[in-house]
Amino acid sequence: MFRRSSPWQEKESEVTPQSVYVNRRQIMAGAGALFGLTALGGIAASARETRTLAPLKAMKSDFDPGEELTPEGAVTSYNNYYEFGTNKDDPAAEAWRMKVTPWTVKVDGMTDKPGNYALEDIVDYNALEERIYRLRCVEAWSMVIPWLGVPLAPLIRKLAPQSGAKFVRFETLADRSQMPGIRWPVIDWPYVEGLRMDEALNPLAFLAVGFYGKELPNQNGAPVRLVVPWKYGFKSIKSIVRISFTDDMPRTAWMKSAPSEYGFYSNVNPEVDHPRWSQARERRIGEFGRRETLMFNGYGEWVADLYRGMDLQKNY
Amino acid sequence: MPKVPMNLLRFGLKPLAFVAMLAPFLWLAYSWYFAFQGLPNGLGVNPQEASNRFTGDWALRFLLLTLAVTPFSKLIKSPKPILFRRMIGLYALFYALAHVTSYVWLDLYFAWDDIWADILKRTYITVGMAALLLLIPLGVTSTKGWIRCMGSRRWRKLHMAVYGITPLAVIHFFMMRKGIQIEPLVYGAIYLVLMVPRVKARLVTRRKASPA
Repeated sequence: MFRRSSPWQEKESEVTPQSVYVNRRQIMAGAGALFGLTALGGIAASARETRTLAPLKAMKSDFDPGEELTPEGAVTSYNNYYEFGTNKDDPAAEAWRMKVTPWTVKVDGMTDKPGNYALEDIVDYNALEERIYRLRCVEAWSMVIPWLGVPLAPLIRKLAPQSGAKFVRFETLADRSQMPGIRWPVIDWPYVEGLRMDEALNPLAFLAVGFYGKELPNQNGAPVRLVVPWKYGFKSIKSIVRISFTDDMPRTAWMKSAPSEYGFYSNVNPEVDHPRWSQARERRIGEFGRRETLMFNGYGEWVADLYRGMDLQKNY
Repeated sequence: MPKVPMNLLRFGLKPLAFVAMLAPFLWLAYSWYFAFQGLPNGLGVNPQEASNRFTGDWALRFLLLTLAVTPFSKLIKSPKPILFRRMIGLYALFYALAHVTSYVWLDLYFAWDDIWADILKRTYITVGMAALLLLIPLGVTSTKGWIRCMGSRRWRKLHMAVYGITPLAVIHFFMMRKGIQIEPLVYGAIYLVLMVPRVKARLVTRRKASPA
């Protein structure tokens, strides 16, 4: 009924390749068989091909706010990853469909080294670091997460952006067959995010491949995601498939969707309200009340200089 | 439709409906009993946000259900479903009040400055608050005494306000979600479907009143 109600929605049969829905039927048949088995008293084996998350070795770093870590179970079950659905528990339920090995990242735009890179060429798994960062969501909740990964700056330098390149643009995978949320035009897929070059080169900007001592689960943006701790969580783009260097400011997914609500910078700022959420306070997941939000999420010491002289009311 | 004796309706089905419609709230209270102790619960790791959404969802569902009663009784050609309409409407108000309580108490913990700023600054909260305030007079005048006092014509006119309150609630829901999400659109579509026979009837009476 509602599928036909809006002209911007295509009929599902027009956009779903046959192989996909045949495949979906197999999945449903499998689920039906599984339900039958369970009903018969058999063991409720999972139909999901959940990946075993390999442990990762990493060295400790100085980045540790000394705050209590958010329980791992909360971080892996409470997610915004709209490609898998808009409810917080959708990603944990649906993301197993995403195939993350092998993983290729396309590098293009104003660079001397464009190409398709295997993840292992971009991230040196022998040089992983653990960084404990606060994560502040624009919806006014926050977490403390021990990420494993590599700093972004050396990678950017390795990819040799040309002198005219002023921005880095990132793109998330957008594959209808692996991501059920993409059937709905919640935003204009694929998800796009970006940083100014000097932001990307800031020592805090981090490329994570794991947390809590092991690989990232799919719902948290496996196999590789950005972490930009002084910005709202949505800037920390997940499951990166493309990195481009450009000279004009990338139009990010949320800017396209609601330009009055989401700016390019999206720095955590208790003084600049989002039209729908006061940003003055936040709920640390696991706590009952709210706590004061810190300017730049408490990372001003490292990043305030990037924005000196800028009007953060305008450049939100 | 088999004939249902009136007594079975009044003393059997009505209490049953009462308990059924209370069930979501009982589940919420049960979940919070665990959440307050910091234990795993059905509301997840951000129970404040989850209970805001849960109570809002049910308020909207009951609003739509009240709108469904008349078309349904016309469909089955029996006035009996009307017996349940007041209860459903009062449950819509009950869940709307639980929704605001959840937001004021559990979510913002009586930070009145913040709450007031939210109502003024955040359009979706302004719209939601307006819907609630408009719903209260309907709840207050739901008794037989009030119907007699107002006269049934005026009473019915007042209670037709629900035709305007429900879309406010849907708009509130739509604006609350990020991007274009399907759930609020489904509620909006149900509202429109339920309004079709009413608009049709209105057009027919108007045509009869003023023959071309």
